Amino acid sequence: MTIEKKVNGNELTVVLTGRLDTTTAPNLDAELKKDLEGTEHLIFDFEALEYLSSAGLRVLLSAQKTMNKQGDMVIRHVNETIAEIFEVTGFSDILTIEE
Amino acid sequence: MKELTIDAVIENVATVTAFVDEQLEQLDCPMKAQMQVDIAIDELFGNIAHYAYNPETGPATVRVEVTENPLAVVITFIDNGVPYDPLAQSDPDVTLSAEEREIGGLGIYMVKKSMDDISYEYKDGQNILKIKKNI
Repeated sequence: MTIEKKVNGNELTVVLTGRLDTTTAPNLDAELKKDLEGTEHLIFDFEALEYLSSAGLRVLLSAQKTMNKQGDMVIRHVNETIAEIFEVTGFSDILTIEE
Repeated sequence: MKELTIDAVIENVATVTAFVDEQLEQLDCPMKAQMQVDIAIDELFGNIAHYAYNPETGPATVRVEVTENPLAVVITFIDNGVPYDPLAQSDPDVTLSAEEREIGGLGIYMVKKSMDDISYEYKDGQNILKIKKNI
């Protein structure tokens, strides 16, 4: 998985490519820990993300909890497999998912 | 039937995934089903890597079989680690808010929901976990 970050003022966009799984989720967690301080708007672009496992859900949940306190977080361009995972796990009620 | 025996460590999740994907591609498995199987591998092999031999390491065997009518792939994960039945835990409450949420149990829940069958047995000192996905 590759992680690309774009900072625009207090807005952070994170573009993920590949698979967010047991192996790669710790990298995303570490990257977010570095940059979330001072971020008010967190945007994930999942256009090129193939899928995620529960290890990825754990990181997204932790980011959502942080952003609940300091701003907002949205996830964009979710594919069908990922949308179904969010649905089945109830994460679609916790996360803000945009087209 | 194809079989791979490999050290149960996180670094080998990608090797196991590639091994299974190769069999699925020969069956013209739809992409969505393949991704669901790949997620299941991440959860199940990941669990073995994290807990079966902790803090030591040990081997796991991944077996891929194909059944017909309906066409399905059956993947068996075998390890000699501590007895652990992931199906014994109750399903997580998926209606809780972000603050109340716990991640424990979510992985196996996702696997249960996306596979057509899942079974566990402990036999001859081995954890044997089997998943089946119709393709």
